[in-house]
Amino acid sequence: MENRRSVLSWLLGGGVMASMASFLYPVIRFLNPPPVTEVAVNEVDAGKASDMKPNSGKIVRFGTKPAVLIRISDSEWRAFSAVCTHLNCTVQYRASKSDIFCACHGGTYNLNGQVVAGPPPKSLEEYAVNLRGDEVFISKKA
Amino acid sequence: MTAKAIQWLDDRLGLSTLRKLADHKTVPIHSATRWYYFGGIALFLLGIQVITGTLLLFYYRPTVAEGFDSVRFLMTRVEFGWLIRSIHSWSANLLIFVAFVHMFSVVFTHAYRPPRELTWASGIVLLGLMLGFGFSGYLLPWNQISYFATKVGTDVAGSTPLVGAAIARILRGGDDVGAATLTRFFALHVMVLPMITGAFALLHILLVQKNGMSTPPWVAESSVRQIKFFPNFFLRELMVWYGALAVLGALAAIFPWELGQKADLFASAPNGIRPEWYFLAQFYTLKLIPSHVWVFEGELLGIAGFGALAAAWALLPVWGVNRAGQARVKLVSGAAVVLAVYLAVFSLLGYYK
Amino acid sequence: MRFVTIAVLLLPAALIAQTRDSCIQCHSSMDGEIQKPALLIKDDIHYANGLSCADCHGGDRTSDDPSVAMSPAKGFVGAPKRTAIPQFCARCHSDPNFMRRFKPQQRVDQFELYKTSVHGQRLAKGDENVATCIDCHSVHDIRAVKNPAAPVYPTHIPDTCGRCHADAQRMAKYGIPTDQLAQYRTSVHWADLKNGDLAAPTCASCHGNHGAKPPEVSSVAAVCGNCHVLFAQNYDKSVHAPIFSGAEGGGGCIVCHSNHGIHPPSTAMLAGPQAVCSKCHEPDTPGGKTAAEMAQWIDGLGAALNHSDAVLTQADQAGMEVSDAQEKLSDGREDLVKARLAMHLFEPEEMHKPIEAGMDVAAETLRAGQEALHEKNVRRIGLAISVFFIAVTVFAIWLLIRRLEVGGSGYIEPSSRNP
Repeated sequence: MENRRSVLSWLLGGGVMASMASFLYPVIRFLNPPPVTEVAVNEVDAGKASDMKPNSGKIVRFGTKPAVLIRISDSEWRAFSAVCTHLNCTVQYRASKSDIFCACHGGTYNLNGQVVAGPPPKSLEEYAVNLRGDEVFISKKA
Repeated sequence: MTAKAIQWLDDRLGLSTLRKLADHKTVPIHSATRWYYFGGIALFLLGIQVITGTLLLFYYRPTVAEGFDSVRFLMTRVEFGWLIRSIHSWSANLLIFVAFVHMFSVVFTHAYRPPRELTWASGIVLLGLMLGFGFSGYLLPWNQISYFATKVGTDVAGSTPLVGAAIARILRGGDDVGAATLTRFFALHVMVLPMITGAFALLHILLVQKNGMSTPPWVAESSVRQIKFFPNFFLRELMVWYGALAVLGALAAIFPWELGQKADLFASAPNGIRPEWYFLAQFYTLKLIPSHVWVFEGELLGIAGFGALAAAWALLPVWGVNRAGQARVKLVSGAAVVLAVYLAVFSLLGYYK
Repeated sequence: MRFVTIAVLLLPAALIAQTRDSCIQCHSSMDGEIQKPALLIKDDIHYANGLSCADCHGGDRTSDDPSVAMSPAKGFVGAPKRTAIPQFCARCHSDPNFMRRFKPQQRVDQFELYKTSVHGQRLAKGDENVATCIDCHSVHDIRAVKNPAAPVYPTHIPDTCGRCHADAQRMAKYGIPTDQLAQYRTSVHWADLKNGDLAAPTCASCHGNHGAKPPEVSSVAAVCGNCHVLFAQNYDKSVHAPIFSGAEGGGGCIVCHSNHGIHPPSTAMLAGPQAVCSKCHEPDTPGGKTAAEMAQWIDGLGAALNHSDAVLTQADQAGMEVSDAQEKLSDGREDLVKARLAMHLFEPEEMHKPIEAGMDVAAETLRAGQEALHEKNVRRIGLAISVFFIAVTVFAIWLLIRRLEVGGSGYIEPSSRNP
């Protein structure tokens, strides 16, 4: 009788502990923040303004997609999604023509993101550029 | 050791009085005893929702910019984030389903009759609160389906006669579903509704303890066997609750909740957009009503109809009980069958059409 | 009130002036050939702009008397001779001052272009068999080019040109092939056009419309290069450009891709029984080996990307979150596009760069997909473990209940209850 009692206690106690552990383990791991803490990308630091000459552009990562930042003159900046609206290749700034060019099929956009030549069907999505001191920030337009 | 600890607490909290009260609680044994479990299951699932909901609060961000991405982050980067979120979503649906089962079992066993009218009324309020939780929580992931379902839902609410426009504005936080709506729904979902639910749940449970378990009219109360709630029935309840946990875990692991696509306010509504299953019957009914019935706008009539139905149902203890305090068994059971069939059939129609 | 009266009185006059077109009135009540123009003109763009029979043919449309309506004194010139049709139309269409009244941006050089075309040159020599304005644009029911019912609407152009150019009998005396239309119908350009891409090339896109002439051999690549910019640029830098410039029947792009029956390119063009490279390069020569290698690279990358896609789809359907990797995969597809582009340099090292980049993406996304599938299994195992412990606990509780309720303990019989 005593034996059966203790078997039952062990079974019950053990079962409860084990199942509780199997509930608590995920919860504790959950509360531990993952290495990448950034959640959404609404704004990205695109580097220092002083690193970019006028009539130059560079590609920066905006979330999971590329964006192209263009310094047109000392004070004029533009930024667009660098995903070509034709077949999603990454576009680039072409300083020689002051336009945005897609190397895959020759799609060309002007500095307003509008298509001027080639197969792209839509304009590039424009991003807002803000300068805080010497840092350039690209963000989605409202 | 534990006995000493309990004695220490008892001396300070008066636990032994509680123990004596708990000892008196019994559950009648009869053909419908199994239905007694459902209230407890609903309570358990509510507890699960509170726990998983609180955990989700550690990562969810209630803004248009980050709402979707924070849920995506939960599903992809946070350890076991997929588990907590999927349990929360599955448990929400199970909770509403169990709440309906609990309500129908109360109706068919006629437990609404005196002295339990207030228990019934608080229960109806709780059911409404659960639907409110479902509606407000549904928007929070900010995906295409949640955005459009909320748009449709607030539009329907807005067509309530007289107060509709005001209700819609207050719900939406403006003229359209947008950032303001998300903030409001978040506030409703994590603070307002929980506070109200807490109060009504406490009232509901206290009333159940006060009035004891009801026996159906066809069982003579004096001649029925009873089982002690503590520990016998409660142990059985624990088995059921543990089982429910296993079911939730399986659902979360094998059918994790979808992420969907980020809400695009300028896109057209997805084809075949419809609300969650617990709103399908009303949704389909509204679709069926012609746009004009006599002089009235069809939608108006539909909503007024639902309002009248809800009010009548809440007043069940009034019309479902005769002057002698006995349940009008045939009338109420008949009405309940009609309601259950209507809900089931129209939900299916709403799903497949 | 006065205004209303005047308007009411003037209205019939206005209506009369509008409907007072004796040409149409008489001719529409006749039979046979001379009735047709009067019926067709309803759909004509000239008529829609307020012009009518007399504006082209001369005469007086306000008169019901045929001898007046069609008198040379009133400017009536009748139907022009076939060889004089282009000049007939050009009276207005080459006059910028006239055209400006209706459509300021309308071109007025069609006649000049026509004169340079094969059709125009032959017509000038008296060949009435060739196309004139009305053969392509129709006559009396001329519709705007952008009108989908017009014979010169992009999707109709192949048929319009083909009416003559696919007619073996008609073309017999000119000695040019008549299979172009049939070939074009098998091409990817026609498939594109049919699918609604109105920018896809038709006969007129490469040959010109009014100044229609086959492009010279040296300019073929320029014509193709209008749309396929980078391919043409690469090709021009390659070793093949000078070699193919003297080829018969058209050089440049046409050598490998054909002119009318252009099919979607594939690695079957590089290697295998249908390969175009093998027409010049024996398999065991450096050229032949390069062609085979390039085909292998493209096929390899395509297969690797498809494999990653399949694994990711599998993971996705099992409920795992793989949208990041699926987005990355499109980068890989971009590399494949770049590789096919780089191929036109015919320089293996240049092509290898995008191939390698693409293979890296394929490997990375495959890993992500496999990890997701593995994670799915891990979850199932974790679930099984948890469910096992739950089952043990439930079983233990059941045993506990049984033990507690030995002898009916915990139950209260009805007889023992106080009423």
